[in-house]
Amino acid sequence: MKRALMFLPVVLVVALGAILFAGIGKDPNRLESALIGKPVPEFNLADLQAPDSQHDQSLFKGQVSLLNVWGTWCPACRDEHDDLIWLAREKGVRIVGLNYKDDRQEALKWLKTLGDPYAVSVYDPRGTLGFDLGVYGAPETYFIDSQGIVRYRHVGVVNETVWNEKFLPLMEEYGDVSS
Amino acid sequence: MKPLFRFALLMLLSLSAGVAVGQARDVYEFDSPEQEQRFQSLIAELRCPKCQNQNIADSNAPISKDMREAVYRMMSDGASDEKITSELVSRFGEFVRYKPKVDERTIMLWATPALVVFIGVLVIALTVRRSSKKAATETPLSDQERARADELLNRHDKNDH
Repeated sequence: MKRALMFLPVVLVVALGAILFAGIGKDPNRLESALIGKPVPEFNLADLQAPDSQHDQSLFKGQVSLLNVWGTWCPACRDEHDDLIWLAREKGVRIVGLNYKDDRQEALKWLKTLGDPYAVSVYDPRGTLGFDLGVYGAPETYFIDSQGIVRYRHVGVVNETVWNEKFLPLMEEYGDVSS
Repeated sequence: MKPLFRFALLMLLSLSAGVAVGQARDVYEFDSPEQEQRFQSLIAELRCPKCQNQNIADSNAPISKDMREAVYRMMSDGASDEKITSELVSRFGEFVRYKPKVDERTIMLWATPALVVFIGVLVIALTVRRSSKKAATETPLSDQERARADELLNRHDKNDH
């Protein structure tokens, strides 16, 4: 009994080491969305290009979509823009853009000069849908299945690596890969 | 030496500038000081998801401003503290609670300090009991042994000096 107790500190230190080691390399700035497994929040927002037409959550019903939150004030959004265009044009991914806390004219100019990867663009100048989604920093990209359920949220730039590692498996699970 | 001094001065000045903008302030109207107090304690216990070691009261991040506004709006609508917090948790996750709710996932977090104190008290109690038991069972020296011990000690003293 006494002998066994002598080893207790060693066991404790090893256990603590294992716990701390498991945390190494994890990025604490990436938070899992609270909306995983839940439907896209209800919203009613104008289209970016056509201010008179409105969109709501039914926008995400019927097909798998990416919801990309962006703004012209966001430098990282500029970084990922070419990759989004590549995804939309080469991979045929349906990307819904959420223009977040931005100016309509600036946003239209951006899309005109850099190209428009978005199947639909929703204009959210006050960030209401962004708030309901729990957006805390653009760019953020959500994977939404054909039932309109949020399956994954990526904070930061989407590029080819991120697409292959994070989104492609989801595509295979929830969507039609060939599309 | 002089550039170094200037550099140090500049550093000090920039430090104080940092302090001056460190507090985020917006103007909210409250019906009573109690309401304001309630608002302040609510935003002090909510964590900013962007700047992760700040509460939303201190943070200047746009998202913190939005969250403060949401708290204010819900308070004005008469929502309870728990309702307000859970509305934010449903959007930003459990992460935003500086004081996690007690449930099966966080029970270890809450129970560990008490558990450690309990184990510590237990160890002390056992040690004290064992040593007092040992003291009680130890047989005192016989007269003969005591005389021998005195003799040895005295001899030692003499040799020393």
